[in-house]
Amino acid sequence: MKELFPLKQVNGFVFSLLLTIIALSVYFLDMSFELGMTILLVTAFIQATVQLVVFMHAGESEDKRSIYTSTLYGIIIALFTVFGSLLAMVWGYL
Amino acid sequence: MEFFDRFAVPHPSPLIYASMVAIGLTVIAIFLGITYFKKWGYLWREWLTTVDHKRIGIMYIISALLMLFRGGADAVMMRLQTSVPDNAFLDAQHYNEVFTTHGVVMIFFMAMAFVIGLMNFVVPLQIGARDVAFPRLNAISFWLYFAGAMLFNISFVVGGSPDAGWTNYYPLASTDFSTSVGINYYNWALQISGIGTLMTGINFIVTILKMRAPGMKLMKMPMFTWSSLITNIIIVFAFPVLTIALLMGTFDRQFGTNFFTSVNGGMDMMWANLFWVWGHPEVYILILPAFGIYSEIISTFSSRNLYGYKSMVGSMAIISLLSFLVWVHHFFTMGHGALTNSIFSITTMAIAVPTGIKIFNWLLTMWKGKIRFTVPMLYSVAFIPLFTIGGVTGVMLAMASADYQYHNTMFLVAHFHNVIIPGVVFAMLAGLTYWWPKMFGFMLNEKIGKWAFWNLAIGFCLAFFPMYITGLDGQARRMYTYSEATGFGPLNMLSFAGAAIMAIGFALIVYNVYYSFRHAPRNVGDDPWDARTLEWATHNPVPHYNFAVTPQVNSSQALWDSKKHGYQLFKHDLTEIHMPNNSGAPIILAGLFFIFGFSFVFFIWPGVIVSGIAILACLAYRSFEKDDGYHIPVKEIKETEEKFGGAKK
Ligand code: HEM
Ligand SMILES: [Cu+2]
Repeated sequence: MKELFPLKQVNGFVFSLLLTIIALSVYFLDMSFELGMTILLVTAFIQATVQLVVFMHAGESEDKRSIYTSTLYGIIIALFTVFGSLLAMVWGYL
Repeated sequence: MEFFDRFAVPHPSPLIYASMVAIGLTVIAIFLGITYFKKWGYLWREWLTTVDHKRIGIMYIISALLMLFRGGADAVMMRLQTSVPDNAFLDAQHYNEVFTTHGVVMIFFMAMAFVIGLMNFVVPLQIGARDVAFPRLNAISFWLYFAGAMLFNISFVVGGSPDAGWTNYYPLASTDFSTSVGINYYNWALQISGIGTLMTGINFIVTILKMRAPGMKLMKMPMFTWSSLITNIIIVFAFPVLTIALLMGTFDRQFGTNFFTSVNGGMDMMWANLFWVWGHPEVYILILPAFGIYSEIISTFSSRNLYGYKSMVGSMAIISLLSFLVWVHHFFTMGHGALTNSIFSITTMAIAVPTGIKIFNWLLTMWKGKIRFTVPMLYSVAFIPLFTIGGVTGVMLAMASADYQYHNTMFLVAHFHNVIIPGVVFAMLAGLTYWWPKMFGFMLNEKIGKWAFWNLAIGFCLAFFPMYITGLDGQARRMYTYSEATGFGPLNMLSFAGAAIMAIGFALIVYNVYYSFRHAPRNVGDDPWDARTLEWATHNPVPHYNFAVTPQVNSSQALWDSKKHGYQLFKHDLTEIHMPNNSGAPIILAGLFFIFGFSFVFFIWPGVIVSGIAILACLAYRSFEKDDGYHIPVKEIKETEEKFGGAKK
């Protein structure tokens, strides 16, 4: 029975729906810009992780380690780029 | 008639009309020539539809050389224009167009293509593979690059060239200040060839990670393969930024959005930011493969194994990360505060450290080695001091406060040519000479090659060192002329002389190809340089299946071990070889992309829609196509091996 029922995937699906609802609430509820952006950012990153791990099976093959390493490398470079750009274009003038 | 008006050149001159005629005649001559010699079938079957990494590599290199001459012609025109004060050979607008196309052609269509061409030819051989991981994708990469290059190159006779510099800064590049279609060409040509490059990146990462011969652990890969791996990782992370920035620029110019405008909430310097987020990693995309080539050549011709293999790999890994952390040094003068500039100053100087480590490794490789001064080695030996000067001036530029003095002067121009010419161009020429027998089965003449080298090296010094001085004296870059009172005249004349000497050097290389093709002996054997890595363990020129038997590898210089220590490379018997089929789809797809880009440049929507649908149809067709390749039977392999002078066993 356990093999037949993809519990992990169903849970993941419910969880990702939940995340979507939380993100949507930013639009429907009245809240400050900062709070809204924080909620969106946090749910977006969790959502991406859920998709990657549960539905794209990132952790299930032999090259698990290299998949996570390159994902991490990508995230690091993306963060550097985003925050560096903010520094160069916005914050750097304060 | 109105429809055709848009194709007119906005600033015509006799020079441009002459080029139109020349281009027309050349195209006709090529078509007639191919038809007369009945070569269409051969060309289509053997080259245009090929998926063989070696032929794709050679096509990349041929295209790169053509672009080198296009960009070189631009360079000579610029140096001629500035050789004397108040010259009127080119007017301001033409000068703008010439320096823009020079930069774009040299970086995107010459240097990138040359690097990727050599990678294509060499990497699968060095790792003992039969081809890249996705041969069809590889052909698509090449043809997309080619379509982009051709699209860019027709701009100056159809509709007008871009004129905002290869860096294409907004707001100058916006429709307010650049009214012709030139910048649309820039956007679409780079977009199309950029997609090709991105696919190359993915293709080579997979190839190197998955297709190495048995026994070749990561730390047993030859250094050029290592540098290619790191380069392609940088490509995959850097190029998407360019793709998006170009798309935003296209939207601004063609659909009236406000990403890079100075009004309506746009941020014009955001383009500069994104351009250099891609642009600085790009300079390392060019230099790392060059480092790899120098490593191979220096170790071969010093008859010693590479000193500090691990530190070479380590410093490249560090460079690949740091190259993403320094881009703001290209606009220190934009006006941000000291904190921001200091951060990027420090990261920039930090890059010089791993680079310096590599320099010492090369020196120590040569130390007490038995050095043979062949043409590839001459380039490599000249590279070390010349590149070091470029690196040192780079560190000068990296000091943010001092950069206010140097920025956008000829000093900057001297810096980046000083790293790109002895760094990248010399490496490409050295690599081409080194692997030439692998490609064509004969060697290039050493004597003519040495003449070419000395012309290039001396010409380079004469052309670019004076710019350091005029730059410090205040000569701005991209200035189409200057008055006599500035005193820049004599040094600029010297630069022109240097450029002319370099032109002679390049002409000698072409002559060398012709001369060696006619006169060089064909029985050079499989290992004419007494080399160390796997690509020399098969025949010259390489049979299309590369290795009759997959080699077994024990170290980063497996061939050397088999020659000197009796290591057995080929342990198995011949078996059937599985190879990919040729396909016409890539060139057709690229042709459609060309039509798509061209139509988009000129706002011809029917063309955009039709070619867009056709592109999607090609992709759909490919998804349902079944093509499992073919098998070469053992008998045929045996016959081929006999023809090459006996099986390698
Ligand atoms: C030690 C290593 C290096 C350092 C510290 C360095 C530093 C710099 C700095 C600070 C600038 C910006 C200067 C300004 O705009 O005022 C610059 C520009 C540039 N560098 Fe380097 N650089 C180094 C190596 C290289 C290499 C290896 C290449 C290419 C292969 C390269 C290519 C360029 C190019 C193309 C530009 C400017 C292009 C333009 O503005 O049009 N640099 N470099
Ligand atoms: Cu840079």
